[in-house]
Amino acid sequence: MERRALQLAVKKFKVAIAGNPNVGKSTLFNGLTGGRAWVGNWPGVTVEKKVGRIRVDGRYLEIVDLPGIYGLTAYGVDELIARNFIVEENPDVVVNIANAANLERNLYLTVSLIEMGANVVVCLNMVDLATDQGYKVNSEKLSQMLGVPVIPTVAVEGRGIEELKKAVVEAAERREKPAGLVNYGSKVEGEIGRLSEIVEKDLELARKYNSRWVAIKLLEGDSDVEDKIKLSPLSREILDQAAEAREKLKSSLGRDLEGYIVEKRYEFVSQLVEECIGVLVRKPITLTDMVDYVVTHKVFGIPIMLTALYMAFKFAFDVAAPLCDLIDWFFGCLLYDLAATLPGLAGSLLADGIITGVGSILIFVPNLAFIFLFLALLEDVGYMARAAFVVDKIMHKLHLTGKSLLPLILGFGCNLPGIISTRAIEDENDRKTTALACPLISCSARLPVYLVIAGALFSAYVTGVVWSMYILGVIFALIMATLFRKLLFKGPSSGFIMELPPYMRPMLKSIGIKTWERLKRFLFKAGTVIFIGVVAVWLLSITGPGGYLGVEALGEATLLEQSWIGVIGHGLEKIFTPMGWGWQASAALFFGFIAKEIVVGAMAVLFGVSEEGLIGAVSGAFTPLTAYAYMAFVLLYLPCLATLAIIRGELGLKYALFTAVYEFILAYFVAFLIVGIGTLVGLGG
Amino acid sequence: MIVMGLAKEFRLAEAEVGKTYEVVRLEGFGAVRRRIMDMGLVPKTRVKLINVAPLGDPLDLEVKGFNLTIRKSEASTIIVKEVGQ
Repeated sequence: MERRALQLAVKKFKVAIAGNPNVGKSTLFNGLTGGRAWVGNWPGVTVEKKVGRIRVDGRYLEIVDLPGIYGLTAYGVDELIARNFIVEENPDVVVNIANAANLERNLYLTVSLIEMGANVVVCLNMVDLATDQGYKVNSEKLSQMLGVPVIPTVAVEGRGIEELKKAVVEAAERREKPAGLVNYGSKVEGEIGRLSEIVEKDLELARKYNSRWVAIKLLEGDSDVEDKIKLSPLSREILDQAAEAREKLKSSLGRDLEGYIVEKRYEFVSQLVEECIGVLVRKPITLTDMVDYVVTHKVFGIPIMLTALYMAFKFAFDVAAPLCDLIDWFFGCLLYDLAATLPGLAGSLLADGIITGVGSILIFVPNLAFIFLFLALLEDVGYMARAAFVVDKIMHKLHLTGKSLLPLILGFGCNLPGIISTRAIEDENDRKTTALACPLISCSARLPVYLVIAGALFSAYVTGVVWSMYILGVIFALIMATLFRKLLFKGPSSGFIMELPPYMRPMLKSIGIKTWERLKRFLFKAGTVIFIGVVAVWLLSITGPGGYLGVEALGEATLLEQSWIGVIGHGLEKIFTPMGWGWQASAALFFGFIAKEIVVGAMAVLFGVSEEGLIGAVSGAFTPLTAYAYMAFVLLYLPCLATLAIIRGELGLKYALFTAVYEFILAYFVAFLIVGIGTLVGLGG
Repeated sequence: MIVMGLAKEFRLAEAEVGKTYEVVRLEGFGAVRRRIMDMGLVPKTRVKLINVAPLGDPLDLEVKGFNLTIRKSEASTIIVKEVGQ
């Protein structure tokens, strides 16, 4: 009572949105919050947590978007997050968004939520689609049978959102305790009753949890609930009783209890569906089935996937090219020249450091924006799930899953969003493996390096040589992934149990938000890290063991050789002796650590030529063999600073360091082999 | 002849495209088994094999009005029997 009074005084309610994936959860969240949200991480894990706040009738609603889930077991990270939020944070209302066109599976989660003791409001979404498919849902009847409000909506059109807000506020102020929904049969119900009575003896447990839910979970053998019970002074009694009940029921039912409970829950759901849904006409073949027949076809499936992905990149690069040139001109010429007119240190820091560094990142933004846009389109339409389905067999052979496809594909644009998107892989082992292999995929920042070097030494075969780099990247990513999964992240495969969502008309707004969120993260992360890196390298270039050299060092090779960068270059040259790279090429690699495309600009400075004269300088510094080894080294040697920062954020410092070390060793080894084998077979000349 | 009407039981991995089956029981254990059940593949549920991926694995099933993918290795833990069309 005190608690309720307090809540009414400030009139602030905590609301969580829960639902299956692909039912319009993000659209509903954006519709409710008007798109104003802040993003954080769930405690302890890097699954994204979105929170928004709105005002309804003088009350504040704090809306939390829970991960998309199918059930509430202790097995999946997402499911545990959702469950723990509901249990520990005790939200005033849980809005359960359910797809009206696919109610049977959606209501399973609804029933599980109500069983937990959550104060549920059902948002029956996509009612228009259900009607199109020949279903009619009786929402009053459904509400009556579930004992919770049911609000029909069409979230993409904003229909029903106001009614939903009203229902949420009403439910929050009522705050009813739901009764048991599913009847598990007299034998099981008897044990549930006995068990929940003991649970209620511990007042702390009874206050925090719904005792019936705890009892059911204990009978299911839920490890997370068992761990929670272990903290109770009555844990012995409760767990002993639970174990005894499980044994008793197992023999009297003649089967496993977990399966029996899930089955009973689905039986109840079938009953709901039978009584609340009128089937008008069931269309024999849906559009989804027809499209699937083609895109997952035995012969055409894989060519279609390759074509779709190739088109995404071709489209992105072609459309973005003039924009990239514009940005390049803006930073490289206009701003640079403007800043360079400033006298002394400040002008140099601004021009050679900040503008060059920031410009080198921004030049990729148009490319990335269009790649993200196209991939978000493929995702939202529902195609990416099919692409994962088509390649899963190959990925499984490599000890990965089809779900690793999207992160690796995004990696061709930029490794950062690729690594971030591994969040969609539920299995921790698969996720880490994919994230650590992703930096080996040749991102668009590496292309300028290949173009200059291949242009200088392989003039007739530039295209082929550049392609070979991309293929090399894919091969090493897959080899390393297989090794990691077998040696570092051992464990059984969690299978490929995934929904193929029906194809949907793409929503411009949702694609826009997805694209912008990925781009924004790239800009912030890359921007801040690269800013620091650029300034550091600038400082190392204008100072040396002999003290301050002056900003002229940046434009003069002989002076630059005396700087710290020169010292590092000569040091690296010794390490790279077997490959025969000079100190300039070696020092350029050091710059490449900030962002790989900087290697080109750095080489121009180090050789003391303009970017136009670089081709000549490079062709003099390498033989075709050492040049090819150099390109392979640039492909593999170290993820850029921003990528390392993302790996640190996603998986921790340990994995970031591990990535840096393994990639360096791999790159050295590969470059060494290329030069060694090449020389042996007589390509050394 | 005593067992008339009792259809032959076999594993879902051996199913034929386009045919409808009924789940009899689930073997397997742990997280994968529970996930299969949570997705609606519980005994007495009807399941239709819609398609097989180009390389022969995974399978595309229709269960409770939606499409579910599952690898053959998981499908071989699901015992089904054939039902009429």
